[in-house]
Amino acid sequence: MSAFATSGDFSEDHRVRQKADGINTAYLFALPAATLLAIVVLAPIGIVIGLSFSDYSLGATDWSLVGIRNYANLAHDRSFLNALSNTALYVFVVVSGSVLLGLLLAILVHGTGRMRRVYEVIFFLPVASTLVALGLVWKFMLHSRVGPVNELIAALGFQRIDFFNNPSIAVFALAAIGVWHLVGFNMILFLAGLTGIPRDLYQAAAVDGADGFWDRLFRVTWPMLGPTTIFVTITSTITAFQVFDTVAVITHGGPAGSTEVILHQLYQASFQYFETGYASALTVFFLIIMMAISAVQIFAARGVHYS
Amino acid sequence: MTSATRAVSLDKPAGLPLAPIFAAALKHGLLLLFAAIILLPFVWMILAAVKDPADIFSDPFSIDPAKMRTAEHFGKALSAAPMGLFMLNSLIVVVGVLSVQLVTSIGAAYALAQMKFRGQALLFGLVLFALCIPVQVPALPMYIALAKLGLLNSYFALMFPWFFSAFAIFLFRQHFRTFPQEIINAARIDGFTEIEIVLRLIVPSALPAIAAFSVFSVTAHWNDLYWPLIVVNVTDRMTAPLGLLNFQSAEGVSYGPLMAAATIITLPLICVFLLARRCFVEGVTMTGVK
Repeated sequence: MSAFATSGDFSEDHRVRQKADGINTAYLFALPAATLLAIVVLAPIGIVIGLSFSDYSLGATDWSLVGIRNYANLAHDRSFLNALSNTALYVFVVVSGSVLLGLLLAILVHGTGRMRRVYEVIFFLPVASTLVALGLVWKFMLHSRVGPVNELIAALGFQRIDFFNNPSIAVFALAAIGVWHLVGFNMILFLAGLTGIPRDLYQAAAVDGADGFWDRLFRVTWPMLGPTTIFVTITSTITAFQVFDTVAVITHGGPAGSTEVILHQLYQASFQYFETGYASALTVFFLIIMMAISAVQIFAARGVHYS
Repeated sequence: MTSATRAVSLDKPAGLPLAPIFAAALKHGLLLLFAAIILLPFVWMILAAVKDPADIFSDPFSIDPAKMRTAEHFGKALSAAPMGLFMLNSLIVVVGVLSVQLVTSIGAAYALAQMKFRGQALLFGLVLFALCIPVQVPALPMYIALAKLGLLNSYFALMFPWFFSAFAIFLFRQHFRTFPQEIINAARIDGFTEIEIVLRLIVPSALPAIAAFSVFSVTAHWNDLYWPLIVVNVTDRMTAPLGLLNFQSAEGVSYGPLMAAATIITLPLICVFLLARRCFVEGVTMTGVK
């Protein structure tokens, strides 16, 4: 403040004071948010990076720096590598399923006339509902003995499927719930993209002989939806990577660690076992993944503007 | 446009090609099938909440009063859980979070969009950085700090990480920038203070964006499980999703009361969605984050 006053030109005292007032108000407006930003985002990130190089654990009186030991442990930790590969599998199934189904639903819903509104409401319903509650409903529905899905399977004469107790099926059952939750969201984004395609393009394509359904889909619709598809894929990836609620409600990482995912492991290491150093290294790893996905998004957005 | 084309094709005399009709039937058939799968959990949740479990399979859609367990299930959900308290806690949290978010974000967004100050570019850069940081990253240090300060199991702990919203600042800045600079300058000359400009000119012009963000914020914090699970372990302060999770793991709870509790939690947001559909869809989709 005083530095500013001395740097001001005294012959233009009035102008300077006005400017000084402006500066003060701007800081007043920005200060609460800037302070909170420092306290809830920046400082914790700095601290968690620092903790990842220490053997601190909550409640311990003394602790020391251990270099990259936590990261080295992470690289050799079976349960971490297991969680990483489970998460990757979950992300792959949920992203491909919800993007392709979202696109299919958008193309089907687009131009259904009066019914379009009804379909939109129905498909968006899971997005508007609490995943913890509906996850619980799915757990009930897919239950091996009392669940209606297995009642149906048994009625059709097939063997009952123990969705959440079979290690080779459980992660796919969770992914199916993930797709159910996300598909309406993606459909709405694709519908916005479809609405943006100029009608002339289809007419021009028809003149060029591309007037069948598949021709229109592959020569006009799909290329024009390119930017939307990239955006939808990236947001779906971010959402899928953060899978936690259904794991916490339904499987707790089981059976046999087959649904252990990054965030659930992070939660357990941080707040159940209080392995703070290890958990911090895990957090930094998770942060790097999130930043990498964001970087891809920024890069992709630039490419889109370019074309 | 489409209805016009359909009308034309319907007017065609007999001998019209079957392919379009078949395609339309296939389209609606597929859509109805998907719609049924999407709706199934909701239907099942409500059926299991109001009826005797043994009765759902034999006679799913009867409403024989003798076989209804509605009062019993909802009564248990409200007394044993207690869902009423959890809902109240969630309400306090979402209202508290949204109020602080709006005050801090509107101020900062206005400063970033329509004022000049040293460090402006830095602040905006940090907001963009914060935009891609999920809460799980700062969660551990914040938990340690709250534990050391003895603030766990409080409303403050439930709300604190959300008082800052990078998304709100970013969104509002984009809207505030479109407000004509000349009008703001004219208002300044007329003796409006900056706060008056924000409250009387800027905020009214950005109401749709503010409404959409509010829907997003309320949805996100009503549904959140991760953070409440970390900072709360007493029944008194549990939010609705955490309370439901806790109720589920309680011993001897049957599916009827659980489904009643799930229905109670899900209903408010679904009502908001059905009543303010456009605003809701806008609020949730413009983020890319649920």
